[in-house]
Amino acid sequence: MLRLENVQVAQDDFTLNADFTIDRGARVAVIGPSGAGKSTLLNVIAGFQPLTAGRVWLNGQDITDLSPGQRGVSMLFQDNNLFPHLSVAQNVGLGLRPDLRLTTTQQDQVRAALVQVGLGGMGDRKPAQLSGGQQSRVALARVLVQRRGLVLLDEPFAALGPALKMEMLDLLAQVLDGTGATLLLVTHDPEDAKRIAPLTMLVADGMAQAPVQTAALFAAPPAALRAYLGDSVDLPRNL
Amino acid sequence: MANRPVAIRRALPGALAAACVAAFVASALGAVLWFAGGGGWPDAADWAALRFTVMQAGLSAVFSVTLAIPVARALARRSFPLRGALIVLLGAPFILPVIVAVMGLLTVFGRSGIVSDFLALLGLPKLSIYGLHGVLLAHVFLNLPLATRILLQGWQDIPAERFRLAATLGMGPAQIQRFLEWPMLRATAPAALLAVFGMCLNSFAVVLMLGGGPKSTTLELAIYQAFRFDFDLGRAATLAAIQALLVGGVVWIALRFTRLDGQGAGMDRPRHIWGAGSRWLRLQDTLLIVLAALFLLVPLGAVVLRGVVGLADVPPSVWGAFGASVSVALVSTVLAVVVSLWVAIAALRWGWTEVLATLGLSVSPLVLGTGLFLMVNPWINPARLAFAVTALVNAVMLIPFALRVIAPALRAIEADYGRQADILGLTGWARMRLLILPRARRGLGFAAGLAAAMSMGDLGVIALFADPHQATLPLQMYRLMGAYRMEAAAGAALILLGGSLALFWIFDRWGRGDAKA
Repeated sequence: MLRLENVQVAQDDFTLNADFTIDRGARVAVIGPSGAGKSTLLNVIAGFQPLTAGRVWLNGQDITDLSPGQRGVSMLFQDNNLFPHLSVAQNVGLGLRPDLRLTTTQQDQVRAALVQVGLGGMGDRKPAQLSGGQQSRVALARVLVQRRGLVLLDEPFAALGPALKMEMLDLLAQVLDGTGATLLLVTHDPEDAKRIAPLTMLVADGMAQAPVQTAALFAAPPAALRAYLGDSVDLPRNL
Repeated sequence: MANRPVAIRRALPGALAAACVAAFVASALGAVLWFAGGGGWPDAADWAALRFTVMQAGLSAVFSVTLAIPVARALARRSFPLRGALIVLLGAPFILPVIVAVMGLLTVFGRSGIVSDFLALLGLPKLSIYGLHGVLLAHVFLNLPLATRILLQGWQDIPAERFRLAATLGMGPAQIQRFLEWPMLRATAPAALLAVFGMCLNSFAVVLMLGGGPKSTTLELAIYQAFRFDFDLGRAATLAAIQALLVGGVVWIALRFTRLDGQGAGMDRPRHIWGAGSRWLRLQDTLLIVLAALFLLVPLGAVVLRGVVGLADVPPSVWGAFGASVSVALVSTVLAVVVSLWVAIAALRWGWTEVLATLGLSVSPLVLGTGLFLMVNPWINPARLAFAVTALVNAVMLIPFALRVIAPALRAIEADYGRQADILGLTGWARMRLLILPRARRGLGFAAGLAAAMSMGDLGVIALFADPHQATLPLQMYRLMGAYRMEAAAGAALILLGGSLALFWIFDRWGRGDAKA
């Protein structure tokens, strides 16, 4: 269970307030206008963003003062999720042991994870030798072996084409099925939310609102969401 | 950032190292100032040295930059085969031992040099390059390339769109000069002037070989002479104090108003050529480029040719000195690069660590040397520490250069991969081994190559400390020249040149090895 308790972040004229709880295993899309604080929210949870006030709890533990590496979260960013100088297998292996001194069992785990994301036998390649979609698969394989209770995704598939992105979201769903982790996925595309996340939270006007049912939210969008989506919700998607 | 505890732990070694460097510089400087009182108030000769130091540095800067402007413009607006090679060559004086450059200039412009021989054929008097004009010639030779690179960077930084706009407005070269080039020069030329001025204030080897005498002695040389000829430590301290104030002041101004890069990344990318200009302009540019290339290449070529002949005459002492130089260079390189890497990591958290570690810039090598001499002299024969002190002082002087290469590399690594590394829990040695070292390798290799070559070719502190039985290769070469064993000195010059270039090449090459990604 993830709980943000009266969290506040204030920087110059930017503020973000959050006070909500997300159940273990929930999948939540984070949506809202750019600059509203979607990434800041994820950074708060991951430990990159110092708080002005409030506490962050994960599974009953107060993680507010822990460093990012100690929080037991996986996170993927928009880019640079893979280290280009390390092989695919090493990149995945980092999820098991940051110093890469892997046991044979762990090496087998890495190989199995690569097979599961459809990259069997590619462990020795460097990321540059892979396509964009394959690189995303490597990152997901690492999330898979990490088996962390909470997965934070900050638009890691934004650079992929629509078909490839759908593929990755489905693969992500599979990975989460395997690990049972909670998901927070930042996206600017309502379709992503509908595809993978039963819950959606809106970040707008300095406030991260508590998550609500995705279907219900888009069926009757509140004013802030309507402003963000523009008229497109009322129009057929293909226009 | 919220990952405070980790970051502090990572930043501590670098902060400590930076503090050590600063303490080292400060204590040497303190010793100088403490003893300076003993030498009494500076006398007429000291003031003359101060005046000459400032004058020669000022003239060197003006000549170097004035000549660099047309050369940089020609390079900026022409593309020709070997342009890239020529620009690489412009970076060479950084790693060229000063004494070798002087040797080359003597071979070309000296009394028995190529130009003098030619003049003699015409019945004209021979050249002499001792004195102010010789010092200026050498300083222009060493700094014209630096100034050209700084200015060329300025030209490259003018957006191509401006030139396109100028072309659509029908501007000719004169208007382009007025509206595009002149404003750029007003911004970059002061930086180039200050860079050259600062370099020439510290110049020791050039003035030692081509200057001297009451009329052309710099403070740096006067310190050496006070040591070597009079063993007047009080006077050396007084001179060192003046030099420290002068250099410190200039560096302070330079850091406030300019950034000295001079490495000029990305300058060999193909240039657009706007309005290729008249035939006359093209001829002028070609001539300038050829002349500049000849000015730089002929003395080097002369050193190599003469050196090959002289190799046979090289006495065994030269090889001993070669060994000493390589050892000193390696020790100071490892020190400088390791400290710079630590400091660069610490600087990600505390910017002031970088400032502390570059304090060496604000003193000259001989000022540091004087301070150390004064500190150790009561306890131990300074000659016993000659090599250790040389390596240490070189390291301190090299840290600013190494940091300028390494710090940006580390900032890029942190910006690109820092958060992912944090979230993966990549800390301590694992972070160093798996992230920082492989990604910074190229910068580390380049910095190490630069440091090794500069340290190998340095003639400075060693001249203060060494007794007649000890020498680094530059000092040994200087002694051979002083004994008029020119053939042997030429051989030594070639060995020194080869050694410096080889060290640079080996380190830089290591940095480039499998850096693909």
